[in-house]
Amino acid sequence: MDYALKNSETLETQTLEVNLGPQHPSTHGVFQMNVILEGETIVRLKPVMGYLHRNHEKLAENMSYLGSMPFTDRLDYICSMTNNFAYATAVEKMANMEVPERAQYIRIIMAELTRLVNHTLLIGFLLNDLGAFFTPVLYAFREREKILDLFEAVAGSRMMCNYFRFGGLKVDVTGDFIPHVRQIINNYPKFLDEFEELLSENEILMARCQNVGIISKDLAINAGLSGPMLRATGVPYDVRKIDHYSIYDRFKFRVPIGEKGDVYDRYYIRILEMRESIKILDQAIKEIPEGEFISKTGAVAAKTPRNFKLPKGDAYSRIEAPKGELGFYLVSDGTTKPYRYHVRAPSFINLTVLEDMCLGYKVADAIINLGSIDIVLGEVDR
Amino acid sequence: MDQIFVSIKHAILNLAQTFLPDWTIILLSILISVTAIAVFGPVTMMYLTLLERKLVGRIQNRYGPNRVGFWGLLQPLADGVKMLTKEDIVPANADKFAHFLAPVVIVIPALLIFAVIPFGRGMVAVDLSIGILFFLALSSTTTIWIFVAAWASRNKFSLLGGMRSIAQMISYEIPMVLSIVPVLLVVGSFSTVSIVEAQSGLNWFVFTPWGFVGFLLFFLTGVAEVNRTPFDLPEGESEIVAGFHTEYSGMKFALFYMAEFMNTFSISAIVATLYLGGWQGPFLPSWIWFFIKTYALIFVMMWFRGTLPRLRVDQLMGFAWKFLLPLALVNILVTGIWLEFKTPLNHVVTFAILAFCLTVLYLVNKPEIPKKRIYRYAYQD
Amino acid sequence: MFFGFGVLKGMTVTFKNFVLSYFSKERLTTVQYPEERLPEKERFRNFPFLIYDNKPEDLRCVSCDICAKECPPKCITIVRDSDEAGKPLKRPKVFDIDFSICMNCGICEEVCPFDAIFMDHEFELAEYGRFEDLNYHKDDLLKSNEYFAKIRPHDAAEVDARLAEKAKKEAAAKTVAPPAVPPQPPQPQQN
Repeated sequence: MDYALKNSETLETQTLEVNLGPQHPSTHGVFQMNVILEGETIVRLKPVMGYLHRNHEKLAENMSYLGSMPFTDRLDYICSMTNNFAYATAVEKMANMEVPERAQYIRIIMAELTRLVNHTLLIGFLLNDLGAFFTPVLYAFREREKILDLFEAVAGSRMMCNYFRFGGLKVDVTGDFIPHVRQIINNYPKFLDEFEELLSENEILMARCQNVGIISKDLAINAGLSGPMLRATGVPYDVRKIDHYSIYDRFKFRVPIGEKGDVYDRYYIRILEMRESIKILDQAIKEIPEGEFISKTGAVAAKTPRNFKLPKGDAYSRIEAPKGELGFYLVSDGTTKPYRYHVRAPSFINLTVLEDMCLGYKVADAIINLGSIDIVLGEVDR
Repeated sequence: MDQIFVSIKHAILNLAQTFLPDWTIILLSILISVTAIAVFGPVTMMYLTLLERKLVGRIQNRYGPNRVGFWGLLQPLADGVKMLTKEDIVPANADKFAHFLAPVVIVIPALLIFAVIPFGRGMVAVDLSIGILFFLALSSTTTIWIFVAAWASRNKFSLLGGMRSIAQMISYEIPMVLSIVPVLLVVGSFSTVSIVEAQSGLNWFVFTPWGFVGFLLFFLTGVAEVNRTPFDLPEGESEIVAGFHTEYSGMKFALFYMAEFMNTFSISAIVATLYLGGWQGPFLPSWIWFFIKTYALIFVMMWFRGTLPRLRVDQLMGFAWKFLLPLALVNILVTGIWLEFKTPLNHVVTFAILAFCLTVLYLVNKPEIPKKRIYRYAYQD
Repeated sequence: MFFGFGVLKGMTVTFKNFVLSYFSKERLTTVQYPEERLPEKERFRNFPFLIYDNKPEDLRCVSCDICAKECPPKCITIVRDSDEAGKPLKRPKVFDIDFSICMNCGICEEVCPFDAIFMDHEFELAEYGRFEDLNYHKDDLLKSNEYFAKIRPHDAAEVDARLAEKAKKEAAAKTVAPPAVPPQPPQPQQN
């Protein structure tokens, strides 16, 4: 479609420039969109980010490798366990450390629980952006609280867990961990069913979300999207199945694929992914072995991080975070501090298609499009 | 018990007649009615806000406000004090006179509608012979003041909100007016008192086929007129921050809020009057029946608010023009046919015609209705 | 089904929640703080505290400065104590933690080689002054071992067992090895 500003023969119209500014109830953080409107249709959109820049990558160059582990919690502040996971695998790849079996299982359990936490929050807030006045948010949070209580009992803190260490975990799980997880995954399908009954067949929701914000397969692959956004367009790409990192090969799970790439697909795929995560958790709890929770070198590295050196070289490792492909790129020059530390944040890369998604739609659709990309400003701005 | 308020008023008037001249009695009577409404209106609005917060809170698995006073009963007073003590910010570029005038004047129609609502048997402030027309005229004037508020703020968000609200309110006026016409055809008069009296016994209009469709139509368009979810685009909180009342703070915002809630109450009251039989009902006093019906409708409106997401502008207007308007026109035709035939034949004929019309409308609008999808999986295990 | 059915299904869900919120605890999950509180979890970590064994003067910290170096936001300030002659002692004179900077990561607890600093559970610490009141000095941070055993019984038991074993090993090493005696100069021949 041609969006060049044209004067029609009978009426001369003018465009309106609106700033959906950093202070807005629905932009999920401090994020600004400069929108040029003609009537209610969007003609051009420019995202402005950087309001939450906290110098994460430069700070890591002055600290030991373990010292930046608490800062990775605060990148994507909703899913802190998967951020830790990605960083730990990057360092272990460079140092060639082994991770014991029990630690691998617990890491996967924590990663899948984090996926549940994130997707629950997202479906609640997407419906909030649509105008359902907080009811879905509070239902989602009621379930999320149970998982966060579990995180607090194991790691010490609900959101900034700081639980993973190089070579394993910080401490072993408590005795009532397995029964607690089992209780959570027994109740979750019932909650998902109720949520689907509440809103997935709702005509208003379907009318608002279907055929809005369509991305084609080619655009998605060219722009480097990942995660549920990419799978909603029909590309069967999931880092867990492609890279075979950690011990995901031992679990049987499917990967849902959308077909059209609109907002409704992205929303619904997240619900289906949650069901698959529950399957993985079920299998993991049954198979978890006894053993150590951290390797010997890892224990030494955790106790004396000031002596932990990595060999010279560089490494990039990635995992399937709930938002997409989260990657850490480390360059080491043989000392205890990294020479270069870079985070490949999925939310930042996924935001680059915002303009293409929103052109030709209305203002209300821009808000929903932004909500369905699932950004967290901590990750976008680092 | 039924006439308790009427007898109180007569007692006061008799007491005053002993020592006051005759012409002041008329004045006093008017004054008592006006005072009753002027007290009842804002107090109702205050406690409606509390009711909404508690109701929506229970839907969302939490208590509503329960700290200020037992059960939160003093919460509206606390809110009132808060609103009064806030700083009154007027943007520097705003049109000061219009900015001040809009919230003040928007409350006036909301309060004036209370004058024609029959609260009980013989308890109507003014028995106008053009009661319903009065209500329709006043509810239309609200639109202008919303737009004045949006324009005077000199704010692009408010302007968007104002434009949307004009589009929405005009689109929904027409089905609303047309859905009142069947009642007028059957009753033959505009006066609200005679409409209620025509539904004596248990033959409320909602139990007839045309009445049921008319009730749904009028209720939905009424919800749209009051700017409540799912039609609350003008103040769409998540998109354009607060729409036309973004730039208002303190008592002016409280006036907008008050106007919205008083409109909610009066629309529910008018729906109850027209279709649900007003104060008619067995056993209980008349005004208690009236309040039960009105509050049941208010409960449904708040239930909508807690559940449904919001419609987009073009879908909203599509709904009004392509579905509600043809249905309202057919409803008028069907009422005419109903009056011609005798019972029970007229029930059957009207039901058949309405069912046919609904099917046709559904089929015509079918491509626009979204469908549920099936998803496939990669990496089958 | 007919148009509008999805909306009605959604509304029945909310109505069910509304009615059940009067009857079941699961549908009304509010905890009315401060009258009711949730039970504290043992591993909950908030701000750090220094630990002493019997008297506040017997604190375990030897002012080695490792926690201050490892702290990611650098909120710990330590100054070593010295006696009158100027010789440094194994005790801190100044031990400040700025709670407005501390981010509760727990790394100081992990890296301390002497089990001297642990994470506390206190969270109702609101103050008026932003800079002076939230900067906790050594005396505010000292808490006893019994307090530690009360809030975190598992960890306290583990730490006590480890320290007891270390003390036993040192005592055993002292008795087994012969006391260090300086070599005797060769005695002159008597005969």
